Amino acid sequence: MSEPRRFWGTEAASGLAMISPTAIFAILLLAAPLATTLLYSVFTDGYLVVDPTFTVENYTKAWSSPVMQSIMARSLMVSMLVTAATVILAYPVAYFVSFNVAQDKKGLWLFLITIPFWTSYVIRVFMWNVMLGRTGVINSALIGVGVIETPFDLSFSVQAMVVTLAHAYAPFAILPIYVALEKIDRSLLEAGQDLGETRWTTFLRVTLPLSMSGVVAAVLIVFIPVIGDYVTPELVGGGKFPMIANVIETQMLKADNKPLGSAIAASAMLLVAMVSLVFIFMNRRYLRATK
Amino acid sequence: MKIPALRIYTIAYLVFLYTPIVILPIFAFNNATVIAFPLRGFTTEWFVAVWNDAELRGALINSLIVAASTSVLATTFGVFAARASTRYSFPGKAPMMGLIMLPMVLPEMILAMALLVVLLSLGIKLSLFTVILGHVLVCTPFSVAILSSAFQSLDKSLEEAAYDLGEGPVSTFRLVILPLVLPGIISSLLITFTISLDEFIISNFLKSGEELLSTYIYSKLRFPKYVPNIMALGTILVVISITLLTLAEYFRRRGLAKTGAKDSGGFV
Repeated sequence: MSEPRRFWGTEAASGLAMISPTAIFAILLLAAPLATTLLYSVFTDGYLVVDPTFTVENYTKAWSSPVMQSIMARSLMVSMLVTAATVILAYPVAYFVSFNVAQDKKGLWLFLITIPFWTSYVIRVFMWNVMLGRTGVINSALIGVGVIETPFDLSFSVQAMVVTLAHAYAPFAILPIYVALEKIDRSLLEAGQDLGETRWTTFLRVTLPLSMSGVVAAVLIVFIPVIGDYVTPELVGGGKFPMIANVIETQMLKADNKPLGSAIAASAMLLVAMVSLVFIFMNRRYLRATK
Repeated sequence: MKIPALRIYTIAYLVFLYTPIVILPIFAFNNATVIAFPLRGFTTEWFVAVWNDAELRGALINSLIVAASTSVLATTFGVFAARASTRYSFPGKAPMMGLIMLPMVLPEMILAMALLVVLLSLGIKLSLFTVILGHVLVCTPFSVAILSSAFQSLDKSLEEAAYDLGEGPVSTFRLVILPLVLPGIISSLLITFTISLDEFIISNFLKSGEELLSTYIYSKLRFPKYVPNIMALGTILVVISITLLTLAEYFRRRGLAKTGAKDSGGFV
């Protein structure tokens, strides 16, 4: 990516030259494919080929079919449950690391929290299948110790999918909340308590509102990948509870209907964008305040 | 102000996070094909089976080729983007950086399908190369995130001093900037290598016949007979991942210490 010599020296030109290799790569392999997907979604499916005749039929099919509606509803429900569970369970952990851990130990705690996240995703998901099954690790351990007599059965269920995903995306929720908590000026908390607030009311009226930007980031960063998860519905749900990613695969490859698959993918992106925007709008007060 | 309840809760949470990877080695050494308590006895049989699995060896070699290529390419792209975004202001910076970072929040299935559609319509045959392209796309944002903090903590006056002493932009980069951000680069190489090694969705849809580690594991999960081998293989992979991450964390901290920045915590 050589830039004509006369441009050297101006900051804008240097910056553009510097970013161009990465930006061109992203335009070719990300922007162009996403644009193609959008284009395909308004094309007609022909036999073995995609017929470039404009149609909105793919979208009507994707939104009006009861099967698709139930899959979209399930995907939304699972990802909302997972997001709520992950963020609520993660907040106290982020709070503990930010407020109760000595400065020089914080890095170590964050490292400990992120390690499980970096180990093989497929194996981690499969482990929950092994653990939650009727004859699985948890049941056999609980029966062996004598805590329960009849095994619970969570194999191939939506509940097991929620547990697995909440485990898989835990660090995604902890880190943004932690970053927001770290930015809070500690003297504000002292001021709150000097003015007669208890520790709990200080938390509710000072710490929580100031950390909401982190909570919003955590919600989005968990919600978006979870709604597009493919492996967990296959392995832990046993293929009985498909989510959006699974139907996209079915339409794109098994049914070879690329326009319909593209329309579902585009609808999924639209759904995610809408939910995210509504959520950001609901929390705009905190986002503005902490900027 | 110490609240013991919070500490207990956090430790319980860590136990939840670590349960799967602690269970893994327990059953990798257990002499039974069914993954359940009580344990039957110690064996290294499954590790021997993994070692002798020729198909697995092929998948491992493919994965190593992909991971090595991906980490070098993604880190190279990461250096350009991180340097551009921390050092210069230019028109279109925010949308360009947004596009580059987008794969971090886009569901991988959508990414994989969009790429697949374009590759097929251009008549490009699927191969390890197409897997590498997809992996680079996914790994670059992580590299940019790591390297941005490395470049951010650079003191601009060091660079100006080099210019004043008569160095050009290239030699300034090589002699002054590169040594200071090198730990960040090593950290980025290790992290992107780890992500690529574990990545499943893009590997699964952009590969042709040849298996990669993650797709090979996935294809074997349906067979109960093979599950103990997966436990053994998983144990090995966990050990490798933790080793790579510990190295990455070591280099990241060394980099921060070198440039005198305050440790702001984790990778992401």
